[in-house]
Amino acid sequence: MVASAPEKLVGKPIKRREDPRLITGAGVFIDDVRLPGLAHMAVLRSPYAHARIVSINADAARAMPGVLGVFTGEDIKHINPLPCAWQAPGVENKVNTPRLLALDEVHQVGDPVAVVVTESPYQAKDALAAIEVDYEELPAVVGARKATTPGAPQLHENAPSNIVFRWSCGQDADQVDAALAASEVQVRERIGNQQLIPTAIEPRGSIGRYDPGTGEYTLWATSQAPHVHRLLTAAFVLGVPEQKIRVIAPDVGGGFGSKIYLYFDMPLVLWLSEQLGGRPVKFFEDRSENFLHTSHGRGHDSDVAIGATKDGKITALRVDTFANLGGYLSTIAPGTPSTLYGRMVAGCYKIPNIHVGITGVYTNTAMVDAYRGAGRTEASYMIERVVDLVANATGVDPAEVRRLNFVQPEDFPFDNGLGGLPYDSGDYEKALNRALEMVGYEDLRREQAERRENGDRKMLGIGLSSFVEACGLGPSQYMGREGWAAGLWESANVRIHLTGKVVVTTGSLPHGQGHETTFSQLVADELGVPFEDIQVKHSDTQGTPFGYGSYGSRSLAVGGTAIYKSVAKVREKAMQLAAHLLEAAPEDIVYENGGAYVKGSPESGKTIQELAGAAHVGYDLPAGMEPTLEATTFYDPPSFTFPFGTHICVVEVDRDTGDTEVKRYVAVDDVGNVVNPLIVDGQLHGGITQGLGQALYEGVVYAEKGEMLTGSLNDYAIVRASMAPMFELENTVTPTSVNPLGARGVGEAGAIASTPAVANAVIDAVSHLGIRNMDMPLTPERVWRSMAANT
Amino acid sequence: MFPSQFDYHRPSSVAEAIQFLQNDPDAKILAGGHSLIPAMKLRLAVPSALVDLSQVDGLRGIAVNGDIRIGAMTTYAQLRDSDALKAAMPLLSEVANNVGDPQVQSRGTLGGSLAHADPAADFTAVVLALGGSVKAVGTGGEREISADDLFVDLFTTSLNPDEVITEVTIPNPAARTGMAYQKRGHPASGYAVVGVAVSVTVGDDGNVSDARIAVTGCTPKATRATAAEQALVGKPLNEASIDAAAKAAPEGLDINGDHYASAEYRAHLVEVDTRRALEAAAKAL
Ligand SMILES: Cc1cc2nc3c(=O)[nH]c(=O)nc-3n(C[C@H](O)[C@H](O)[C@H](O)COP(=O)(O)OP(=O)(O)OC[C@H]3O[C@@H](n4cnc5c(N)ncnc54)[C@H](O)[C@@H]3O)c2cc1C
Repeated sequence: MVASAPEKLVGKPIKRREDPRLITGAGVFIDDVRLPGLAHMAVLRSPYAHARIVSINADAARAMPGVLGVFTGEDIKHINPLPCAWQAPGVENKVNTPRLLALDEVHQVGDPVAVVVTESPYQAKDALAAIEVDYEELPAVVGARKATTPGAPQLHENAPSNIVFRWSCGQDADQVDAALAASEVQVRERIGNQQLIPTAIEPRGSIGRYDPGTGEYTLWATSQAPHVHRLLTAAFVLGVPEQKIRVIAPDVGGGFGSKIYLYFDMPLVLWLSEQLGGRPVKFFEDRSENFLHTSHGRGHDSDVAIGATKDGKITALRVDTFANLGGYLSTIAPGTPSTLYGRMVAGCYKIPNIHVGITGVYTNTAMVDAYRGAGRTEASYMIERVVDLVANATGVDPAEVRRLNFVQPEDFPFDNGLGGLPYDSGDYEKALNRALEMVGYEDLRREQAERRENGDRKMLGIGLSSFVEACGLGPSQYMGREGWAAGLWESANVRIHLTGKVVVTTGSLPHGQGHETTFSQLVADELGVPFEDIQVKHSDTQGTPFGYGSYGSRSLAVGGTAIYKSVAKVREKAMQLAAHLLEAAPEDIVYENGGAYVKGSPESGKTIQELAGAAHVGYDLPAGMEPTLEATTFYDPPSFTFPFGTHICVVEVDRDTGDTEVKRYVAVDDVGNVVNPLIVDGQLHGGITQGLGQALYEGVVYAEKGEMLTGSLNDYAIVRASMAPMFELENTVTPTSVNPLGARGVGEAGAIASTPAVANAVIDAVSHLGIRNMDMPLTPERVWRSMAANT
Repeated sequence: MFPSQFDYHRPSSVAEAIQFLQNDPDAKILAGGHSLIPAMKLRLAVPSALVDLSQVDGLRGIAVNGDIRIGAMTTYAQLRDSDALKAAMPLLSEVANNVGDPQVQSRGTLGGSLAHADPAADFTAVVLALGGSVKAVGTGGEREISADDLFVDLFTTSLNPDEVITEVTIPNPAARTGMAYQKRGHPASGYAVVGVAVSVTVGDDGNVSDARIAVTGCTPKATRATAAEQALVGKPLNEASIDAAAKAAPEGLDINGDHYASAEYRAHLVEVDTRRALEAAAKAL
């Protein structure tokens, strides 16, 4: 008998089922993985940003207690360098990727030069101090623009002027220049987007174990993409057959992009384990190493030329960006400033003449790759600053400039002229209007005018950010055209065991997002089985179908859709079986409330548990039907999804000190259909906070010779809970037609929207003093200096 | 955390602690560990042994009869939460509540803070402005060191290597004394970018009879802003004198900058925060 309707879970704010485990210390992170005979690897790193390695003497270290081996670049020069799997499309890329250990030359402070392997981690650190390296220091360069100028120090022979690639999109530059020259209002500005450290709470680590019996390797790693790490390690670095490697990502404590990439230690611990006859070898970086060497994000320096009409309509935009990629190319570094940034610079606006040119550059810093919001954060910061510059130059209210230039609902699907995929759908003005209403925009503008009138020392600033982003990465054919060296679909297998319990395995995986909860909600509703009966398994290449991992706000939109489709296949098979068992025509069977029955007679139907049991034992199946209820889907999305919204930040800036205090933060987001509003809000809280951190606090500072001055959490400020504002969140819901869930994705939206909202607010607060732009982070001193220079 | 190897001692008396220090010149006292342990983690400090004061009797507690006497091992949390202290000198509780975060407050000690003499610490400036002193006990016996003589330079005090701070004394303030501490925390570390502590006494004639102003966060050690003090003494405590004192505050100070806040900006903050601290002190009179 099929029972009455179970409670629907999709759309409910269900608490994350993984949290009790994670917050009570029952999680298993890489540092909790204990293996018998574990040996420890520590890394000797270059103190110079650019130097030639003259000699390395490790004799003393080798003789120290507990030392199992010391290895240098020379010892492993037969091993390939790491691969670069996403080059800027359609242009030549001068590729230089890091070797596992530097050979001959180092290109950044923190470059791995040698490793020691010891019985205990204490001995490893002791032994490092006993290795002598003779360096010949070479001139270093910091700053992408500077690195391309004549006479700048050269990092790599094959990259003259340190240029990795020059890439552009949109119309011809000449055409756009002509349109700019013909514009009534013209504004030129230099806009920065500083280099950031992703700062996942758990740094990176890896454990490698070689099994001499089977010749198989197992890698435990802090990974956002275990299948990809297996593929790259096997096919590009070690040359070990792919099937001989298994990669396991245990619980992962945040990544924000930094754990997508293949790093030196991952292949190295496998190779070292083999050298040690199968003893597992562990590497776990400390925070300083994480800051120095785990990939950074952003790092743009752009020239912008804007044309507009006197009443605020944008007529032309030209952006020329220098993108720092660091000392070498990280795994997907060139794709971020090209596909993910260049093609999204138009934001939510119709800009008739637009050209974006990117120069990817080597400099002597940490590698720079995708970081939460990757490319789209840089794009939305750019365009939202541009819109405010137009408002500033024309005297038209910033909200009005946005309205005037918005892509309208009837314009979808919309081609922004930059060669990317068309925006699916949206109603940008609706989100803007709601946000203005929530914040009480008119009143705030009045109060701002009054305070200015009274010369109030606390100046009020209101910052708007209307954004659109591309996520749900991504359609494989398109990504292939864009230089991505693989597919970008996602996989899921759904199976119902004899006992009626459901196991979902997926190539998607969490590093804090709550996949197990969201995915279970989806399956519970679609199958009509209890939430508790569903187990979502992930993060291990053994036992999950190949998948591309978690980044680019793709988990629900792409991975969730794969699950959804697998459930549909299982349900379809269950209905066929029910038709057979109930001796009915398949077209007369309905599936509802966790069971299948002949239309009109639920009381004589079969529950999914009964059907799963029957399918499993296989005593009575229709001719040709295979046993078990199980299905796998490899879902390749037809396009990106495009979440959008408007965020508004209200700040007070202290006229005497330049201090900024965030007074309010209002956000209206459209992420399409919402599976779990609690998780969506959590993602927004985190994302907004991270973006606010970029606007006000974060930024890597390198000294002229490439030493990092912000090398610890004592110097590099991330926002803590006590520093975050209260969030006033609402959403509009415009389901995307790109996937059957109607879900657009939310992992990056907050971080994409908030940086310009906060920066625009601070600049707005001081705009009456004649200030129209400042570089981030907007530290009190920066703001104070700007005020001083303008009075 | 993987520091280099060290021995660990846990004496139960001050005398025993001093003995350990005397026997091993590379040994270090361990109090709350919130400055020492991070330095050991980075191997910036490599003591041969730690002498843990946590089990030494009589180093904790707050006595508020007239002068305020605080045991060296008293934590910030104890200062923050002490009702007696909140009644006698609320500023000390407020400052404690402003040090780092709750974890730091639970472990960090007043004695440790003064002995460490971090150039960006809070209590160094506060104890200096309040005219406090420490009791130091060593092989040479016991002596009282005023805060004016304690801080010598960056992370350097006038304590001998075998001396232990056992107690901190804050004198009972004269009638009509206003005190305040104005701090601007670094967004990453929480330490003072600039901190200004003031204690101002107004005499029977309505003029300032005594002013002590101490600056931290931007100078190699907590330092008196003597020019600002002089601008106040003998004047009524009003907008004009406060303004003059604020403007004079950076004078003669050895103000340092870094990539986060330049010396010029910090000098400006010394002025702004001196003004704000004096305004708060005037209100508290
Ligand atoms: C995240 C963080 C944030 C912080 N923020 C702030 C802040 O905002 N403001 C601030 O002022 N401080 C801050 N601190 C530092 C904190 O206040 C320390 O606790 C304090 O500086 C040292 O006190 P302790 O008891 O931890 O000393 P320890 O670290 O144990 O010792 C410090 C030094 O003093 C010596 N010592 C300790 N006790 C004695 C004694 N009784 N006699 C002689 N020598 C002694 C030790 O040998 C050692 O050299 C912060 C620390 C951290 C980790």
